[in-house]
Amino acid sequence: MAVPILKQGPFLIASIQSALTDTDVLQLRDDVMAQVTRHRSRGIIVDVTSLDVMDSFVSRSLRGIAMMTRLRGAETVIVGIQPEVAFAMVQLGMSFEDVQTALDLEEGLALLEAGFLGS
Amino acid sequence: MAPDAGERIAIESDADVVTARQRARALAIGLDMPSTDQTLLATAISEIARNITTYAVRGEVFLEVVRNERDGRQGIKVVARDDGPGIADLERALTDGYTTGGGLGLGLPGARRLVDEFDVQTAPGQGTTVTLVKWTRSG
Repeated sequence: MAVPILKQGPFLIASIQSALTDTDVLQLRDDVMAQVTRHRSRGIIVDVTSLDVMDSFVSRSLRGIAMMTRLRGAETVIVGIQPEVAFAMVQLGMSFEDVQTALDLEEGLALLEAGFLGS
Repeated sequence: MAPDAGERIAIESDADVVTARQRARALAIGLDMPSTDQTLLATAISEIARNITTYAVRGEVFLEVVRNERDGRQGIKVVARDDGPGIADLERALTDGYTTGGGLGLGLPGARRLVDEFDVQTAPGQGTTVTLVKWTRSG
């Protein structure tokens, strides 16, 4: 199922609604990159609140989205990683060291609006 | 309670990987497994089922409720089986960061850390069978 991407001012918000197949994740990556270009977006929020599993493929793909958009001048914030998902990611060995995260959509937007790189 | 007959899920596409982990979570909920342990189990299944689609193209996952003979706890046993190329160097395949599939090399070693029991039977040309068990915390 495609992930809806909403434009909000200079930002894009991708809200994952249900479990993602690998194909869905790759589609999300392509869609985000296309929309960043189309809208000249400065920031992207990927909301993973509804994901009950973030395995190595999903984690790697989201990290990839963050790296790619950064090369296009836009910062990505992953928001809403559930506590048990965070636990599983750490056990699995996934680190998001170079990826910006926030508790929820509100915090993520605040981070982007504050221009977190400069603050 | 007698163990369930078990459930077989054919793994042929990335959607089947999602189905396998969702079915396992449903079984885990049935055993009152804590939410964190459900997630660890579902994540481990995602890793080993993806290995099937990545390396072997197709295979199957069996899910079964089992009982620990030592302490009476129930658990969920997962057997992921394929007739793919097998693993030539299992020791390396169980090492973090080693991959031949273009990923992060966290699949097998990561899955092993998420569950209570973990076993791999494989040989080149003989396919791969990964067996794992997640126990409930009390009997």
